[in-house]
Amino acid sequence: MLFLETLIGGLLAGTMYSLVAIGFVLIYKASGVFNFAQGAILLFSALLLVTLHEHGVPFVLAVLITLVALILLSILIERLVLRPLTNRSPMTLFMATLGVSYVIEGVAQGLMGANVHALDVGIEDVPVFIGDLMISQFDLIAAITAGVLVGVLALLFNKTRIGISLRAVADDTRAALSIGIHLNRIWQIVWAVAGVTGLVAGMLWGTRQGVQFSLSLVVLKALPVLIIGGFTSIGGAIVGGLIVGAGESLGEAYIGPLIGGGITPWFAYFLALAFLFYRPAGIFGERAIERV
Amino acid sequence: MSHASNAAQLQQAPPLLSVDNIEVIYNGAILAVSGVSLQVLQGSIIALLGANGAGKSTTLKAISGLVQADRAEVSRGTISFDGQSSLHVPANQRVQQGIVHVLEGRHVFAHLSVEENLISGAFVRKPSRQTAKQGLERVYTWFPRLKEKRTLQAGYTSGGEQQMVAIGRALMTHPRLVLLDEPSMGLAPLIVQEIFEIVSELNAKEQVSFLVAEQNIPVSLKHAHYGYVMETGRVVLSGTAESLLNNTALKDAYLGKKKSNSRA
Repeated sequence: MLFLETLIGGLLAGTMYSLVAIGFVLIYKASGVFNFAQGAILLFSALLLVTLHEHGVPFVLAVLITLVALILLSILIERLVLRPLTNRSPMTLFMATLGVSYVIEGVAQGLMGANVHALDVGIEDVPVFIGDLMISQFDLIAAITAGVLVGVLALLFNKTRIGISLRAVADDTRAALSIGIHLNRIWQIVWAVAGVTGLVAGMLWGTRQGVQFSLSLVVLKALPVLIIGGFTSIGGAIVGGLIVGAGESLGEAYIGPLIGGGITPWFAYFLALAFLFYRPAGIFGERAIERV
Repeated sequence: MSHASNAAQLQQAPPLLSVDNIEVIYNGAILAVSGVSLQVLQGSIIALLGANGAGKSTTLKAISGLVQADRAEVSRGTISFDGQSSLHVPANQRVQQGIVHVLEGRHVFAHLSVEENLISGAFVRKPSRQTAKQGLERVYTWFPRLKEKRTLQAGYTSGGEQQMVAIGRALMTHPRLVLLDEPSMGLAPLIVQEIFEIVSELNAKEQVSFLVAEQNIPVSLKHAHYGYVMETGRVVLSGTAESLLNNTALKDAYLGKKKSNSRA
């Protein structure tokens, strides 16, 4: 019973890792950039939301304003950073996102301060019982939220013009250009969509641990998730998040006591290392289609 | 050479595409094409011939605007489409104007289904569901084989089918001019013939103009009306398909005595 509870608790918590990782996958697929600024964007959106809310803006309106701000931010990043660096090496782009993350963090804290804010989205972190299993209500709702978001993304990607264009750009940028797909527009959309997943992740993580500077460090937790799941697959990001969540939770419960506890901070990296040895492209890493 | 008759033709109707004395430079330093001029008349098939590295692909990219994606630029000369200069028009707007580029090596979206590949070509026109569907049916009429494979990931279709996907996808943009880069590359002779016949038919029945870059001289001249021959970044010879087929210099250079293809 303890095992099952630990496992389910871990899986549910893992969906929050998945959410962060999905933001990376979207941008990596469409523009081949490992976007280090995803954490800063996550912090920025949570901070903006909580600041607006603290100043008396109704919650729903605050979410809408944050969404608009994210879209503007995406357009700015595309115009000022990505467009001038088109066709540069992935390393150049990665360094640029590193710079972007500092700018966003700096501006966000300059405008809104570096205090820890409590974010209350109206979900209490109380246990609920399903049969005999005790589950955190917050984790459950977070997991459902993640599930809904993934469902919406899947619809977007498979059924809409924008979605097919996004996948086309991800597959072959040059060919997408050749049929008149507006590359810059697509990049703006991808960054905005990634920003929205960042907002959702920021809301959930912010509720759990308070909105503060360290929120941007969830990036570092997304890295093992991506290594395990693969950088190019949303499904991989989900499974990777679940594995990391479950692994951490089970590891803490069963391996932790043997070595003095406190393994959560590094266990995910240990898992990622193991995967690097056996499956460097990740579980769902997209393999190039090669005909012989 | 039949420059005279060509000039007479030109006076009757303004060319759909006119490239005048262009120079293309890569990375601000490497000269790839220099002093290239050519014309495509409305409703014609034009062959752009030459060996590897002669500058055919670069010329096509200058026309479609894809040079920008290669960090290259047209540093001299003019390109005009339908009487308007297109030098400063971004690539995606040129597609809206009616120029579409089928890239060398086909470049299908490997992980998208055949049908998604085709549909993606229609996006530039922002079609209604109905119009997009009509466009699809039109392409399936030209390439019935693609209909059978519509749900298959394009990366898993054969080379010939991928070429058809690439051409079909381009047709979905409703082009007036298709730039076809090496459609014969890596394909069996029978498939090459099939593809060129479809190009000829498209040209005859729907008045789509084609500018085809090819190394396969006999096949392309068989279907083209007029041809240009490029060598080391310049046009060295031009004329009607018939006159080029009978040109001894061309025969010596590309059909008989093999010239070295070292400039790759």
